[in-house]
Order: sequence, then C-alpha cells, then structure tokens
Amino acid sequence: MPRRQDVKRVLVIGSGPIIIGQAAEFDYAGTQACRALKEEGIETILVNSNPATIMTDTEIASKVYIEPLTVDVVKNIIRKERPDSILPTLGGQTGLNLAMELAESGFLDEMGVKLLGTAVEAIKMAEDREEFKNTMLRIGEPCIPSKIVYNLEDALAFAESIGYPVVVRPAYTLGGTGGGIAHDPEELKEIGANGLRLSRVHQVLIEKCVAGWKEIEYEVIRDGKGNVITVCNMENIDPVGVHTGDSIVVAPSQTLSQREYQMLRSASLKIISALGIEGGCNIQFALHPDSYEYAVIEVNPRVSRSSALASKATGYPIAKVATKIAIGYSLDEIKNAVTGKTYACFEPTLDYVVVKIPKWPFDKFVKAKRTLGTQMKATGEVMAISNSFEAALMKAIRSLELGIRTLETPLCKDMDDDALREKLKNVDDNRLLVVAECLRRGFSLDEIFEVTKIDRWFLSKFRNIVAMEEKLKTLTMDTLTDEVLLDAKKMGFPDDVIAKYVKATSKDIRKRRHKAGIRPAFKMVDTCAAEFEAQTPYYYSTYDKITESIPTRNKKVVVLGSGPIRIGQGIEFDYCSVHSVWGLKELGYETIIINNNPETVSTDFDTSDRLYFEPLTPEDVMEIIDHEQPDGVIAQFGGQTAIKLTNPLANEGVHIFGTKAEDVDAAEDRERFDELLERLGIPRPKGFTVFTLEEALEAANKLGYPVLVRPSYVLGGKGMEIAYNDNDVTEFMEIICREEQEHPILIDKYMMGKEIEVDAICDGKDILIPGIMEHLERAGVHSGDSISMYPPQSLSFKTRNTIIEYTEKLARALNVVGMVNIQFVLFNDQVYVIEVNPRSSRTVPYISKVTGIPMVRMATQIMMGKKLSDFPYGTGLYKASEYVAVKVPVFSFEKLHDVDTSLGPEMKSTGEVLGIAKNVHEATLKGLVAAGMKFPEPGSGILFTVRDTDKPELVDLADGFERLGYKLYATGKTANYLNRHAIATNAVRKINEGSPNLIDLMESGEIKMVINTPTRGRNSERDGFQIRRKAVERSIPCLTSIDTAYAVLRCLQMGKKPAELDVISLDVFENNSHD
Amino acid sequence: MKAFLLLDDGTLFEGKAIGATGSSVGEIVFNTGMTGYQEILTDPSYAGQIVTMTYPLIGNYGINDDDNESRKPWVKGFIVRELCDEPSNWRSKRTLNDFLVEHNIVGLQGIDTRALTRILREKGTMNSVISTDPNFNPDDWKAAIHEYTIVKPVDEVTIKEPIHIEGTGLKVALMDYGTKANIVHSLIERNCDVTIFPATATAEEVLSVNPDGIVLSNGPGDPKDCEFQIQVIKQLLGKKPIFGVCLGHQLTALAHGGETTKLKYGHRGCNHPVKDLKQGRTYITSQNHGYVVVAESLDPSIAEISHINMNDGTVEGIRYLDTPTFTVQFHPEASPGPEDNRYLFDNFIKTMEAHKGGS
Repeated sequence: MPRRQDVKRVLVIGSGPIIIGQAAEFDYAGTQACRALKEEGIETILVNSNPATIMTDTEIASKVYIEPLTVDVVKNIIRKERPDSILPTLGGQTGLNLAMELAESGFLDEMGVKLLGTAVEAIKMAEDREEFKNTMLRIGEPCIPSKIVYNLEDALAFAESIGYPVVVRPAYTLGGTGGGIAHDPEELKEIGANGLRLSRVHQVLIEKCVAGWKEIEYEVIRDGKGNVITVCNMENIDPVGVHTGDSIVVAPSQTLSQREYQMLRSASLKIISALGIEGGCNIQFALHPDSYEYAVIEVNPRVSRSSALASKATGYPIAKVATKIAIGYSLDEIKNAVTGKTYACFEPTLDYVVVKIPKWPFDKFVKAKRTLGTQMKATGEVMAISNSFEAALMKAIRSLELGIRTLETPLCKDMDDDALREKLKNVDDNRLLVVAECLRRGFSLDEIFEVTKIDRWFLSKFRNIVAMEEKLKTLTMDTLTDEVLLDAKKMGFPDDVIAKYVKATSKDIRKRRHKAGIRPAFKMVDTCAAEFEAQTPYYYSTYDKITESIPTRNKKVVVLGSGPIRIGQGIEFDYCSVHSVWGLKELGYETIIINNNPETVSTDFDTSDRLYFEPLTPEDVMEIIDHEQPDGVIAQFGGQTAIKLTNPLANEGVHIFGTKAEDVDAAEDRERFDELLERLGIPRPKGFTVFTLEEALEAANKLGYPVLVRPSYVLGGKGMEIAYNDNDVTEFMEIICREEQEHPILIDKYMMGKEIEVDAICDGKDILIPGIMEHLERAGVHSGDSISMYPPQSLSFKTRNTIIEYTEKLARALNVVGMVNIQFVLFNDQVYVIEVNPRSSRTVPYISKVTGIPMVRMATQIMMGKKLSDFPYGTGLYKASEYVAVKVPVFSFEKLHDVDTSLGPEMKSTGEVLGIAKNVHEATLKGLVAAGMKFPEPGSGILFTVRDTDKPELVDLADGFERLGYKLYATGKTANYLNRHAIATNAVRKINEGSPNLIDLMESGEIKMVINTPTRGRNSERDGFQIRRKAVERSIPCLTSIDTAYAVLRCLQMGKKPAELDVISLDVFENNSHD
Repeated sequence: MKAFLLLDDGTLFEGKAIGATGSSVGEIVFNTGMTGYQEILTDPSYAGQIVTMTYPLIGNYGINDDDNESRKPWVKGFIVRELCDEPSNWRSKRTLNDFLVEHNIVGLQGIDTRALTRILREKGTMNSVISTDPNFNPDDWKAAIHEYTIVKPVDEVTIKEPIHIEGTGLKVALMDYGTKANIVHSLIERNCDVTIFPATATAEEVLSVNPDGIVLSNGPGDPKDCEFQIQVIKQLLGKKPIFGVCLGHQLTALAHGGETTKLKYGHRGCNHPVKDLKQGRTYITSQNHGYVVVAESLDPSIAEISHINMNDGTVEGIRYLDTPTFTVQFHPEASPGPEDNRYLFDNFIKTMEAHKGGS
C-alpha cells in the first residue's frame, strides 16, 4: 500500500515531563516519528510541555509548541494549526489518553482531523480491562481470573471468591500507578481505595495473583494489510509480581524452549491481529514455570518503554516503522534501515545477549521504601550487550554508577545465614546482591528458587560470576594466568575488580592484559546475526579477536553520553549530547557516541556516525578510544557521568576538548575555588571544610546558623541539608559519615536570598550569556527543584551588571572554553557566588529554546576552535525575549512511598515543564498546569501550616486567598495568628489532638490545597511529613515554600484558565535573534 | 579438552570440545534461530552437515523427550559459542552435551561464532572438519575436507519400511525423504490417516494405498542426486493432489523440467520473510535449505510462482497449473520456527477434499 495522500500536516503529541514510568523513551519515539514524517515531506506540529526534549527542537518538527498537555490547550493548537491528522501512539500513555479524549469528545471529527494508526476502537479494546478480557475470551487466549470493580465492596467480595493474594490494577494509569498486591482484606482496602481514586475512570481490576510465574514480553508490529511480525521477546529475570519497568530484563528469552517461545509468539500475533492494531504493541505474558499454562497480563497498544528497549536491543527502529505504518505503508514496503537492502517485514535475530537493569532513585531517597512491586519506581535504566549473559550483566551493573562493579558488596557480609535467608525474601533493588551472597555461601539453586522464583538458569549464571570472584581471590598477580584473566574478561569483569581480588592495581591488570593481547573486539548490532552485510555503525564489545568496527582515518570526536536517567541527571543531558554531535557534524567531524541508556535519542544508531553501546567507565571508554584513535573527547555535555571521566581520560593522554581538566578541578576543589574568588574579589557565602563532627560544630557556630552541610564533589545536591542548630549538624554528620568520605565535608553559611542562575558560553576570551534565570523560591531549594523564570523579573540594573561582570570574570579566570553554569544568591542586595560548573547544565535545553541560540552546538564548535565572533549572537548578555518562560519542576512522589515531599537543598524532581506566555503570571500558570497542578476552585478549603519564621509573610498570602473566596484552615497557633490579623481562618486540630483533625479534613475532600513549610522538631517534623504524604495520596497540591504559594496566588488572581491563554509556537524565539 | 575446526579455506578455529571425541568432516552451515537446537539437531535435512548456531547461548533449556524431529540427530558436528551445562526448563531431561555424547556427535564451543558466520556469508558454505585430536595437524586434513561430498543422504535418513498411522480423516501418503516429525504431526492433527513411505517406494506402491493426497517431505542434500525420486514424482503428478515441502518442493520442480541451484550460504533460520503473492501478505517462515529452484527454469504456462523470499527474491513456493500440486521451499510445519504458515496444511486438506469430491 502506498502512503496515504490525505496526510499532509500531522499533530504529534509528546509525553510531557519525565516522571517515573514515563522517561526519555518517548522523546526517542517521538523524535523518530517526526523524522519519519519529515522524510515523507509531511509537516509536523509538535506539542509537548517538556523543554528538555529533542522532539521539541525546531529542526525536528515544523512547528513546536511547548504548552501544557491538556485537552483544552491541544484543542487551541488544533484550531490554530489545522492539522489534518494526529499521531497518538508515540507519546506514551499521556499522549494516547489525550488523543483518546479528543477523539471521544467528537472534537477531532468536528475539526476534520483523522487519527492515524491504530483506530480508537482498537485502543479501547486493548486499554479497557473489560473489553480486553472479552476479546481475549473470544479468541481463546487465557487471561488471569479478574473482575473490574468501581467500588471497594465489590473488590473485597471478588477477592474473597478467588482467594488472596490479589493484584489491584487501576485502569488508564501509567507505570501501574496506584496498583499493588493485597494479601488480605485490610491491604485491599488501602490499595483498592487508592487505585480507584487515581484511575481516570475510577475503575480498578482485581486479579488473581500469579506472582512467581515467568514474565515474558513480546514486541509486535502489525500493518494495515495484516502483515505481522515480532521484533523480539524479552524475559524478566524477576518473575511476575515486579513491574517490568523495575525488573532486570534479558533479551531474547533464555529459559523458554522453542515450543514455549513459539507458543507465546503465536499468541502475540493472534492478539495484535484480533485487536486490529496498526503499529507497534507490547504484550506481556505470565508463563507457568512448570507447564505450558500461560496468561496474557497486559497489552500496550502503542510504543512503550519496552519497545524502546527492544529497538536498541535489536537495531529495529520500532517507532519509525510504526509511524510509516500509520501513514499507510505496509511492512514489506518499508526498507530495513540497518541492512539497507532487506525490508522491515522480517524478524530480527540476535547473536548476543542484552541485559537491562533499572536505575532506582533509592540512593537519593534513602528513606524511601525499596520494595519492588506492581508500581514502578525506577527513574531510568541501563542496557548492556555482550555475547555471554554474565558479561552483559556485569557491564550493566557497572553502567548504573552505583559504585558497585561486581556481585560482591559489603551489603550483607555480616549477616548470619538465617538473617540472610530472611533478607532473601525481600523483593527490593538489592535482591541480586543478596542472591549472590547466598550463592557464595553455598545455598542451593533450588532453595533460592523456592524463595525468589528467579529461574535456576539465571541463578546458575550468577553463580558463575560468584565462582569467578572466589577464584580470583585465591590468586595473585603472579598466579593469575592469562587464561584465567581472559576468562574473567569474557565474563565481563572490569580490571579494577580483578585488581582488587588479586591485590594489584587496575593499571597492573591493564598492562598485563595488553601485553597478553587481551583486548576487546567490537561487534556489530545488525538485526540478522551476520547473515547479511549490514551498514549499521552500532557496536558493542566482547573479548574476541575479530573486530568489526573498522576505524576511519577521518577527523573524529568522541561525545560521552550521560548514562541512565536519574534524579539530578535527566534527559536534558541527552539533548546536549545529541546537539553536540550535530554541531560536530556541521564542522565535518566524524562523531562517536558512547552511552548505555536505551531510552535515548543519542543511542539511536543514526544520531552519531558511530555508536558504542558501552558502560561509561574509564576502562570501557579507554578501550574504545585506543581502538578509534579520535582527535579528542567532549565531556561537557554528559552530565556528571561524563565529567567524572575527564581526569582519568586526561591522565591517559586523551585530549579533552574545551575547558581543561585542571580548570574544572579549580572550580570543584573547595580551597582552590576559594582562592580564585578571593583573587577576583567575588564574594561567596562564608564556609569551612571539615572532617569531624567537632570541627563541623565549631565551624557552624563560627558562621552562625543556619548553615548548609554537604559532602564535596556531589551531584544534584546529594546529601545536602540545612542545619538550624547543633542537633541538626550532629545528625547530618552522622548520616554523611556513614559512608567513608574521601573528600572533606563543607559547612557554609546559608543565605536565604534570591537565587539566580546563568548559563554562558566562553571561547576563552569572549563570553556570551544567552539568558539569566531567576528562581522563584529563595535559596535553599535545589535549583533543579525550584521554579525558574526567564528573563529575570525582579533584578535591578545594578544586580544584573554585577552578575554579568562576575560571570565574565569567572569564565575567564577558569579558562572556560565551552559552557559554564554559575549559580548566584542575592542576599541583602549583594550578589554572592554559590557554585560554578564548567559544563553544560540542565537548564541549557530550555534556555536554548527560549533564546533561539543553539547553545550546545555553538559551545561544541567553540571547543573545536571557533570563536564567538564567528556566530551572529554577539557577546555579553543577549537581548531578552519579549516572552516569559517559566520552568516548573515535576515530581514523582506518588510512586515513592515514605519520601518527604518538602523541598530543600537535595534535588527531588524527576522532570520539568515550561510555560511560555507574554507575562510571568500567565507563564507560571501554564507551567503549573503543565506540571499537573490542580488549582482549587474558589470556595474550597486551603490548609496552612507554616513554621514560625514564615508567619509574617503568611498574612498577605492568606489575605489574598481569602479575598478570592477560599476557605482558610490552619492549626491552632497559625489560625490564631491569622485571625488576629483579621483574616477569617478555621482552626483545625493537629494530628495528635484527636479527631476530626487536619488529616480527616484532607480525607474528606474539604481541603483542596495545602501550604506547608517544614518545621523542625521531632513532632512537627513527623506531622508535617504525614500531612505532605497525605496530600500526595489524595492528589492535593502541597506547596512547601511561601514563594511558590505566592506564585500560585498570583495565577489565581488573574482569574484566567490556561485554555484562555494564547498558544505560542517556538517561532517567536527564532525570530528574536540578532536584530 | 581442546577441539579444532578447520575450514576448506584454511581458517582454523580453536575451541573447547563438546559432545563426543573424535574427528568429523562435513559441510559447514549456520542457523540463525535463537531457539530450536533440539529440532535442528534431529532434522534429517542436516545430514552430512556441521551446524553452527549464531545465537551464542545454546542448551539453555536442555534436551527433552518431545521435541525430536526424527529418531536421532543427523548432523556431522555441532558448533556453539557457549554450551549450557546447567539447563533449566520443566521439560528438560538431560543436557545438550549428554545428548551429543550419547549420539556420538562431535562438537566444539568457545569460538567466535559470529566471525565464523561472516566467513561463511562472504565465502559461502564450505566443507570443514571438527577434531578433538590433541595433535591435530591441519595439513593432514586438507585433502579429506576438500574432497568431501554428501552422497545420497536421502537413502541414509529415510525409513526402510512403510509405516501406517491410522486416522479418521483423509488418507495421506507421505514420502519420507527425511521428513520432520512435525509434518507427520501436522497431518495427524488434521485427523489424516497417514502412511509414511520410504524414499525408495515406487509410484505403484504409493498409489496402492489409494491416498487422497501425497506429501513430499523435506530432506537433505542436492535435489539433483534424487533421480529415482524425481522419476516417481513424475509418475505421481496429476494422480493425486501433491503438497511438497523443501526438498519435496525442489524435486517437484525438477520433475517438471525445472532447474535447481546451490545458494551461496543457504537459508537456515526462523525469521525469513516470504510473500504469498496471491494474498499479497508476507509471513515469517522457518527455513533450512541450501538449494533453490531457479525461477526462470519453469514453464510459466504450467508453473506459477506463488511465494518469494523477501530478502533475496528467490523462489519460495510454486503452484502448478496442470495438476493439483503446490509446493513450498520453507517449512510450514515450523518446529523450529514460526507457526504462521500452518494454513498451508489446511489448504492441502481443502485441495484433497475438493479432489475427493470431484473424482
């Protein structure tokens, strides 16, 4: 079938901010979709609220709208742009839900907009539990006994009839939000009620629990002609019971016999055909470990996280093919981009093993419950490829950057066997390491299987790794033979682990290895197991002799990627890596990307000239560099992951483009940095470096409270806390010192002023500041968690000039070539420097978009020798836009139990959105709506519980809300305070004051917004925590800073709905340039 | 223990021995299926060949009692990157290594199978030897490798006496040129009464059971070697509906005066797209063949190409216009491989029914 001629202008909906359950994979899918449409000469209109994405680049789509993803806003865009079609299945659940709502409301028909790809009915059939079950019943595919319920009573009754445990699955939520396994009626009451509330249609499925069965997924594609193929299958190492996004996954399946493999493959084909899906689809099965019995768990009628993984695991571009299908092509008409010869209508076959491990945020949220279940908790993932399972697993483990390099950790070394047995029962992120310890102690595979239900095949492979560890322990450099060394390398052991075991240095091991000719070979991912010649420059390492990656003689540069998405290092760094590659290509360089995150655009095989899918460790990267012999490496754009590699690579004599390693160090090393500031006459908050508690207390008292306590060399404000008294300092020091500290701990005077941030480009001489950002919240909230405004709204001319002056001085003094990010605090009208990062920051994508300056490309080209004067943007502070852009952070608190939602110096957000409008209030409104804030309607209740120091500022705030007609509630002291100021406030009981108290009021639905600033002290801390968690549970907006509350008030005072505001395409910023 | 693989082009691989000890010469081919090693080992079409698996981890689910495609393995040798000695599957009865030892099959593991595959892709299928001889000297083997030919392998793999499997449905005569068990099973599943004939059976013998249709099975070797079988097919054509699979497909083409030729490195795997030209749809097929029917060699007035391979455009199926005969190059019985093409057995049943009613 040729392509549809009636498709000329397509609206593509993105997936919004990065949250747990919806990460970079949809930027990858959406970007691929837009490119696939562009290839066909089709215009694309893109809408996404997430500015850190590549899909929102004006090169990717014809028109880009960074606007809230709500039905009303998208309607406005459709009215303005008049697309003829909409592509709904590439923007994750968010995009799909939005498209479905638009279709169901009749709006699309009214506007003459076609829905491309899978039909509405088919999507409903797959997504609606009841319809899906009936369809499966009709085609004879088994489902798990289940029932849809709309209330708790029915849930309890059905659970009684099928027996506990039961699984609760809310309809139309992403990442299984609000679901869980209930083992008894009490648990069901809690999980069920939560699920009902979170479901868009107030519908949950109660289902027989098949926990412990194998969980197998198939990625299937079908075209309009009925051609159907499977791209690959995947086996979850963690059996059913752990969300697939939280499972360690291997592709292809390892423990299925041919018959089981084909049985489930045939079922997949039957299902996708019965549903009538046109495009990609993911089908999950539960397979009984001891029989042919299986059940269909779920079908996702769209591209998904798994399809991104399958694409990277096989080289098959699922999103691209799904897009071509949506515009009318059939699979046998679409060329296989990998071979360039064959067609997309085939099934990839692998001659390697792929392992994916989730990246969980538990290193950031130390108090979070680490248990894994049906609700996803991971923020990102890593993937590794090798030709043995052991090596793929070992590569994936070190790609996680957790400081874990092998299966042996101190984690449960001290436990006796009984305690270990008990620990083995925990299903959490540490399970793999606990299993390894059990294997080390000789527990049988059967025993471990009985507890974990992890297939014995995987257990036996883990045991191989443990056995190698134990073997190495018995050796020294002298007794380590080349043969054992090669075996260890083939199993994926890094040099430093081998070194540790044989009591040598990793340098020793490397020398030995190189002398013995034990070097990695680089094999190609070609979709066909070498059956056909392929063109894909997509490689992975193995310890073989024959290398397929033949380096060219071109001038070339390695761009280091940023690894898995995590809190503090998100999709924005992938944006930067990709743009850096584009910048290099413009200059005629061959580009090489090294990265290990399967969700990203950077790991698409046609982004760079050559892609190495490898861990980002000094050893792995050095081997690639030795092989490729590039002119140098760019490390500024891959976040901390890449920066950390700067020194090791530079020490090996690798040329690092841009700012030199020693200058980077001058900014990171506390003492050298202080000296520099002194020399430049730039003030910074006073501070000390300490090692012990005594020193810390002395320093804190010398500075005067409050003080900021943090370990040096951290990312994302990890382990940073504000201390108000000696007790706090003692507590924080204890926590920090629990882990051995190589570097000193910093104690700084905490200045509660206005935070200001700058991203600048420097060519060693001149400096361009594309824009200044002003934070809405006062210092103390991590810059990644604060609302940030561009251009600044309240800075005096003098302050602005001081900031420009300091930026220029610092950039020159640090010999910055490329990007630099500087954070300032304005306190008592004086500008202080808090931090300088001589690299790309997370704000770069958004500032690039709202200034129209291609910052990363420029910075890259400057690193390669160009000057600022070669570009048309001038120097100094760039002319500010007429529009205001407000960045609002987005959190994933509902996925993470036991995490405090109050904001502080430690970053907690997983993503961000941008609101763009003509003035700051409108932009803030758009931003907050895009971030998912549900503004309370006048007449509803607002609860205030604030710390004493915030009370003076509370008066105007409360007054503002009262005037708008809100009912105010506050606890005793605060209520009195407000009433005294003639603001009518209802007093409510605190938690320990009996019922009904404020929690009851929140439960009842009376309270629609909470303004809670964290108070210190044991009881109030606990109360505050409970209030904030309750707010998350009940989806009540909870503001933990007075500044944020004021911003919300200003939005409400406008009296406008987001849909009443103009939608603004990014063109307005492009036109802004150099006039 | 060390083992060696020497190719006819002189390439030498050193790996670790698996299976039986000794030396074995054979034609080396690669299969790209990720599962299905038990079916592959016991598929008689591999007689005379050394099979290398491109998927690196083989033996993961062991060997079970149900998945043999014939009474024993026929390969001359088996090469894997990594043999699993601790298989895990509920049906597993023994390890792959035990199975190889039991059937005296020499093999090796631990070599770069991808590098080997690329050699075969570039230079084509060639002869080779696997040896576990610790004093292996390549020079001693060069001649033996070079001269090796697979002689009349069909005679070796076929059954010696007819076998009758009673059924309530249509009567089918199955010519066993090295049939896979799942062809038999696919017929039984459709209630057929099946008589399996040795490849040496004459047309009279076959027709003596008065079948409603005849299935020509898959089998090993060069189709042109099967002169006797081609003659028999000539006599059977038009007498009864005929369905040919793989070798059966090639022999039918030869019986019609067509030509077959050897592919550079064959099609062996579970992911080959084949277009059914009549339906306009593409199906993923299971394949195992080194020879192919030359499209232009057939008279278009009597033979219509019904299926083509989407990768290289080669002939994958023929419908004959003068007799109720259709044949396919791929394996509709799967095992191993996708089950997407089982509809062809249904088509054959329909053809038989139509002709039964008509005659």
